[in-house]
Amino acid sequence: MTTSPADSDNSLQCPLEGIITLRGLNLYYGDFHALKEVHAAFQQQTITALIGPSGCGKSTLLRTFNRMNDLIPGVRITGEVLIDGKDIYAPETDLTHLRKKVGLVFQRPNPFPLSIYDNVVYGPRLHGRPARRELEDLAEHSLAAVQLWDEVKDRLKTPALALTEEQQQRLCIARVLAVEPEILLMDEPCSALDPLATLRIEELMRELKKLYTIIIVTHNMQQAARVSDDTGFMYLGELIEFGETGQIFTRPRDEKTEDYITGKYG
Amino acid sequence: MDKGKFVERVLFLLALSSISSLVIITIFIFEEGLPLIMHTGLKDFIFSTHWAPTKGFFGIGAMIVSSLLVTLGAMVLGVPLGLACAIVLAEFCSERVRRLLKPTLELLAGIPSVVYGFLGVIWLVPLIRDHLGGPGLSLLAASVILGIMILPTVISISIDALTAVPDVYRDGSIALGATEWQTVRRVVLPAASSGIITAVILGMGRAIGETMAVIMVAGNAIKLPSSVLEPVRTLTSNIALELGYAAGRHREALFATGIVLFVIIMVLNLSATLIARRR
Ligand SMILES: Nc1ncnc2c1ncn2[C@@H]1O[C@H](COP(=O)(O)OP(=O)(O)OP(=O)(O)O)[C@@H](O)[C@H]1O
Ligand SMILES: [Mg+2]
Repeated sequence: MTTSPADSDNSLQCPLEGIITLRGLNLYYGDFHALKEVHAAFQQQTITALIGPSGCGKSTLLRTFNRMNDLIPGVRITGEVLIDGKDIYAPETDLTHLRKKVGLVFQRPNPFPLSIYDNVVYGPRLHGRPARRELEDLAEHSLAAVQLWDEVKDRLKTPALALTEEQQQRLCIARVLAVEPEILLMDEPCSALDPLATLRIEELMRELKKLYTIIIVTHNMQQAARVSDDTGFMYLGELIEFGETGQIFTRPRDEKTEDYITGKYG
Repeated sequence: MDKGKFVERVLFLLALSSISSLVIITIFIFEEGLPLIMHTGLKDFIFSTHWAPTKGFFGIGAMIVSSLLVTLGAMVLGVPLGLACAIVLAEFCSERVRRLLKPTLELLAGIPSVVYGFLGVIWLVPLIRDHLGGPGLSLLAASVILGIMILPTVISISIDALTAVPDVYRDGSIALGATEWQTVRRVVLPAASSGIITAVILGMGRAIGETMAVIMVAGNAIKLPSSVLEPVRTLTSNIALELGYAAGRHREALFATGIVLFVIIMVLNLSATLIARRR
């Protein structure tokens, strides 16, 4: 597939280096070739949306950035994933450090069955023994960053599972922010939320963009168009097209991209 | 009457008869035992340690304490071991190994208790006598054997509790940079805690009710033990040992002992049910 016109366009059009750079990335689930020769560069303090039909490998690609695929038996990876210029699949990579730096927000909110406070400070507590004061500040800070502080400040010790789904998802974002990451991966973070809550989370993402690099997987094309700076379109394990969001949605270079954004794949 | 209705009636009758036999047993135990408790007084019966049934002294205090101590010892040995086992099997083993080992462990629960007792007599008791002193037949021996006997219960129910914890919690924790062990300790165990407590309580019920193995290794002396190397007699042992020749008040006293056991085990099971239902 490396000879297809889309691919050569790609390498010309997008910068070669970014905070995350992919070079010839392949991923196999056993015999199944799930990611095929992916090249891309994700820029600092931008939002990149990954779109594409179900099963095309968006989540798989996202999970390679913090090596969550390591948990699945039988996964094999070739090629390079460079973060800040370092190959994260090199043997000397410190996984704890990597996952602190590259936070992941899941599709369904998954707060731990602990109190709100214990959820937020879960990460910091893993990495060293911060003083109580420090943790409390961090919790306030992180919850404020996701605009949840005012709603929960009086019930920090109550179970997180009693929150609404939107609040739970905000809490999960706060939980990631509390470990002070540089990159935020979000796998369909709004799919469990109603439209208004979705808009509020998007608002939050624009706010967070000032400090973090965000990569979001979404099925919602309007969402991709609304929040992202860059967009990547994936199809059957290939990154068909990657570029500036406005361009992808108005003048897609590849026919498949055009078919997808005009709704031909559903 | 059509066939379905008939079968339904028969099943209903069978269910009724099994429930009513339980009720009848309960009534019977209370009927036989309560008069003695009235006669001796509940306080004396439970707190006095003077047990001389032929002379009219019916104090089961020493045996209550022994039962509790033996059970406590079994928990101290069996729970950490069983929990560790369950954690390894549920969290750190491949599905295949777990599928093989869990039924094997559950099979241990099917070994007759007399076999555990036998192993205790020929292996554990001499070991204690030779290396730690005392007669060997002791509180310690009973605790160790019971600790082993409750393992299948504790392990099996704990594994179920751990595997019931959804993977999204584990993923969430790993994604925050936790190691597998940190994940188990900080998320999985708290999430499984009610199931694990149930496992412990059911193990406790098993330990306090066990009779045969305890009779064989505990030494059965009726007194308050002053060290773990001394022989003890538990409530269940006492009933089993004396029922054969007891008559009159003595027989009633054994039934009264049964009431005490009945209440202890009821309380344990009830709390297990309540804790399990809390989630
Ligand atoms: N653990 C796994 N083992 C084997 N195959 C897998 C595994 N996870 C995903 N796959 C396969 O890899 C392909 C890509 O899956 P992935 O979850 O990345 O798709 P996706 O684009 O995120 O889809 P969706 O939009 O439905 O979330 C799919 O064909 C899927 O069946
Ligand atoms: Mg997905």
